[in-house]
Amino acid sequence: MNATIRELLAEHGSLPVSVETLANDADLYEAGLSSFASVQVMLALEEHFDIEFPDTMLNRKSFATIAAITACVATLCGDQEAAQ
Amino acid sequence: MNEISEIKAMDLVERARRVAKIAASHADDVDARGRFPEEAIAAMKAERLLGVQVPADLGGEGATTAEIAEICSILGQSCAAAAMTFSMHQIKVSSVVSHGADAPWHQAFLKRIAGEQLLLGSATTEAGIGGNMRNSICAIEVDGDTCRLEKDATVISYGEEADAILVTSRSHADAAPSDQVMTVFLKGQYTLEKTHDWDTLGMRGTCSDGFLFKGEAPAEQILPKPFAEIAAQSMLANAHILWSAVWFGIAADAVNRAQSFVKAAARRTPGTTPPGALRLAEVSGLLQLVKSNVMTALGQFEAARDDETKLSSMAFAVAINNVKISSSELILTIINHCMMICGIMGYKNGTPFSLGRHLRDAHSAQLMISNDRILANSSTMLLVQRQDTSLLR
Repeated sequence: MNATIRELLAEHGSLPVSVETLANDADLYEAGLSSFASVQVMLALEEHFDIEFPDTMLNRKSFATIAAITACVATLCGDQEAAQ
Repeated sequence: MNEISEIKAMDLVERARRVAKIAASHADDVDARGRFPEEAIAAMKAERLLGVQVPADLGGEGATTAEIAEICSILGQSCAAAAMTFSMHQIKVSSVVSHGADAPWHQAFLKRIAGEQLLLGSATTEAGIGGNMRNSICAIEVDGDTCRLEKDATVISYGEEADAILVTSRSHADAAPSDQVMTVFLKGQYTLEKTHDWDTLGMRGTCSDGFLFKGEAPAEQILPKPFAEIAAQSMLANAHILWSAVWFGIAADAVNRAQSFVKAAARRTPGTTPPGALRLAEVSGLLQLVKSNVMTALGQFEAARDDETKLSSMAFAVAINNVKISSSELILTIINHCMMICGIMGYKNGTPFSLGRHLRDAHSAQLMISNDRILANSSTMLLVQRQDTSLLR
């Protein structure tokens, strides 16, 4: 799941740096993730995993790091292990 | 509201009214000459209104956003430029209160704001960023305990009159454009070289000239939180609510003038309804919409205030954006209606029903953070955010 999220982030995140250089806990906003791009990534995740982000997850924190995104997606997919 | 805070609010209202009286008597001159509303600002300092938002334990009065909005509206009914200056100052104070109160330097600074009634200015726009204040080109340079910053600021409202300026920049030389910090520079720690004159249609007294800003200060004056969080959690909400309160004040004064006009006509011809009366009824409904809008936003902000997740949520951002868009558009419709009611007496300058200044000042509302930019921002969020259809909070 982490690998897929990294792929989608690379494709839709319009980041000025390569996603491979980012640790799971690196701050994506500091790395240059704009709010517009974060929505594009969300849409790609919703499409790919067939999920819908609830309002409670639509905030800056949910998308601050790759680890945070993974936790949100895992929760929505019912994957308890990855959500930890 | 409990009894003590009611007394405090009354006291603030009385003090704001005294300032408004002074501001009103100079408003036409401020507008005609495009000069700073110095009498109104001096009165604000004398009434100690510049420090009201500072927490009580730091020498202020811990005024709520609703109380500050009420002051903005009262001032907006007399001199829009003075009111806008007050609101922009309070927006800057809110950033320091919300995001700097734990840092020793910023705590001491808040004490000085209240004690010395310092006026805070803002330098968030920059040549080359296309109006998007969430991007910076300039970067702050931290060298040991000192920080240096040079910024080609296309607008610094009342830059020359401010006692301190809060400046945004990238957080270091290699930072992404959106990786920003905000730094407090005190008068004496910077130079301003004027690059653009503020000669505008309205809001002429805010003296929002452009400057080349060069500053050097102790590095501890950099606000400890990223600007992205300051913007999302306090600045945008404060700005859109307090600006809307100023705009409500401008529109409310226009409606007052239109009502006086209709009343005068009614007194001259008892028994017949004056021609403007129907339009007055219509415009009173529109004004109520702006008021409801601002009051709802105040309630939402109050409810979310201590919850960072709520404040950074898309639902909150969309709601606050909507407040700005609708108030800035509605006031133009309202003032135009008032002009139809007052006719040539509203169109002429120097009558008790003149509305030219109101209309010109109100035209700035759609442009200070362009409504098109805000709509684009909301439209992105609405791709994932669902509408809030509940009438309960």
